[in-house]
Amino acid sequence: MENAIETSELTRRFNGLVAVDKLNISVERGEVFGLLGPNGAGKTTTISMLCAILKPTSGTAKVNGFDVVKQDMQVRKSIGIVFQDPSIDDRLTGRENLYMHANLYGVPPGEQKSRIDGVLKLVELEDRADDLMRTYSGGMRRRLEIARGLIHSPKVLFLDEPTIGLDPQTREHIWSHIEGLRKAHDVTIVLTTHYMDEADRLSDRIAIMDYGKIVASDTPAALKETLEGDVITVNTKEALKLSSVVAGTEGILRTNVVGNALELTVRGGKALLPRIVEAAAKSGIFIESVSLREPNLGDVFLHYTGRAIRVEGGEELHGMAAIQRRSIK
Amino acid sequence: MTEIRGIYTLWLREVKRYVRDRARIVSSFVQPLLWLVIFGSALSALVRISIPGLTYQQYIFPGIIGQTLLFTSMFIGISVIWDREFGFLKEIMVAPISRFSVFAGKLLGASTDAMIQGIFVFVLGALLGITSNPLILGEALPVMILITFGLVSIGLTVASFMQSLESFGLIVNFINMPMFFLSGAIFLIRGPGVPSWLQIVASLNPFTYAVDALRTVILGGSWQPLYPLYAELLVVTCFDLAMIAIGTWAFGRRK
Repeated sequence: MENAIETSELTRRFNGLVAVDKLNISVERGEVFGLLGPNGAGKTTTISMLCAILKPTSGTAKVNGFDVVKQDMQVRKSIGIVFQDPSIDDRLTGRENLYMHANLYGVPPGEQKSRIDGVLKLVELEDRADDLMRTYSGGMRRRLEIARGLIHSPKVLFLDEPTIGLDPQTREHIWSHIEGLRKAHDVTIVLTTHYMDEADRLSDRIAIMDYGKIVASDTPAALKETLEGDVITVNTKEALKLSSVVAGTEGILRTNVVGNALELTVRGGKALLPRIVEAAAKSGIFIESVSLREPNLGDVFLHYTGRAIRVEGGEELHGMAAIQRRSIK
Repeated sequence: MTEIRGIYTLWLREVKRYVRDRARIVSSFVQPLLWLVIFGSALSALVRISIPGLTYQQYIFPGIIGQTLLFTSMFIGISVIWDREFGFLKEIMVAPISRFSVFAGKLLGASTDAMIQGIFVFVLGALLGITSNPLILGEALPVMILITFGLVSIGLTVASFMQSLESFGLIVNFINMPMFFLSGAIFLIRGPGVPSWLQIVASLNPFTYAVDALRTVILGGSWQPLYPLYAELLVVTCFDLAMIAIGTWAFGRRK
């Protein structure tokens, strides 16, 4: 079956700056594809091109089999978008915003009411639907925008930083809505985020993007596995001595003594942990506690880009995202 | 059909926003009132209109209707900048309807707002006894609509090029004021004592034809038109079509 999204050498330049650099990605039908990267990595620029808002400088992209340049109307009809920044009319009620969207996307008048009631139920906003949007909280606005993106039953739904600037409870709430979405609607989701936990929790597959390029792409589990770097922390008063005892053991990649703790970066942590405890017992070293941690996507990102992800607030925009956002008329 | 529903829904949005904005409605009624009552009666003592059977107030009445349409129409363009600031423009721009429909929806919505205000000035004139025949509104209305389309298109076009509210205000006033003062809305632009440069500039101003057409319809036999009415309406129609074409292009620019 044809992929939901295919790009070939997709490139976008802004006055000589390369925001998206020869991107080749393919998104399968029905999956949640996470585009992970710091602000300014080119995520929003990529999405804008896939949504036919922004023309590529070179390269091509197909969404639902339609070319984003030559068949932009068909592309628009077949996708739903939740933009990074709010894009609702706050002088209208929630329901009015939804009706407007239904009309703009050619939803038959006879079906509009039932579809709108359906999406309102999905995001649990039925009782606030007739209030003006300006009285909504940030999380409620976001949920209404997600509902709006679904009214015309799109085949692909783009969520650009869906939980940026929201508090933890609201983020949790929105995540469960996104998860519920997959079950209720037969839809492919493309999600951009700079939150590791969000990408990890929601995505079937993740592409890590930095400086306009995909630096790694796989399932979250496989990405973490490729690191081969479990972290074992041993708390003992004789951390230094233990460090010399275990030195040279097969599978230990790095050792680091931090006060009364020995941190080991190892390959195959689960198998190595008992060996280390044994070695300590043989040498008469008393271990207070041990912990084993699997690498998280933060470690993965660090590994592939050589730097920690920059998590910034939703208010400030940086890099290409900021330039690009302002240029959409 | 999709396109027409798209236009309808964008029109409905503009009208709803307008009707819900009480402050805007009230303030928009004050200005024409000031012009007609204060300006109209104060200057009628100074300015003697050399047309028999017409008071100064009667003379400027069609001009003030035109002015209301001009100022309201042009400044409605500001809503495009607001839409962009608040992100709503993206929702419209990404929708699967043509750029022309987007422009047409906005144009019709904004024109409706401007027409409501134009009609109010007319009613005001009737209440103040400036116009003796309120039924003339029926004839004036098509002319007013025709004028409004072109003017709203200017405002929307300017707005689609402007990045900030401040620069929009400056540019619009820069266009508004000469169009208004050089149109004959509040003083004669033809006749003895009118400098020839003014006559030339006024003849290049499309708003001159609009105001004169409105005056011809409203004042009837007591006003001698500058040009034949059909010619004036033709000029306004051509101006509308040109501005709508430019506006659609300006809206459709995709980076």
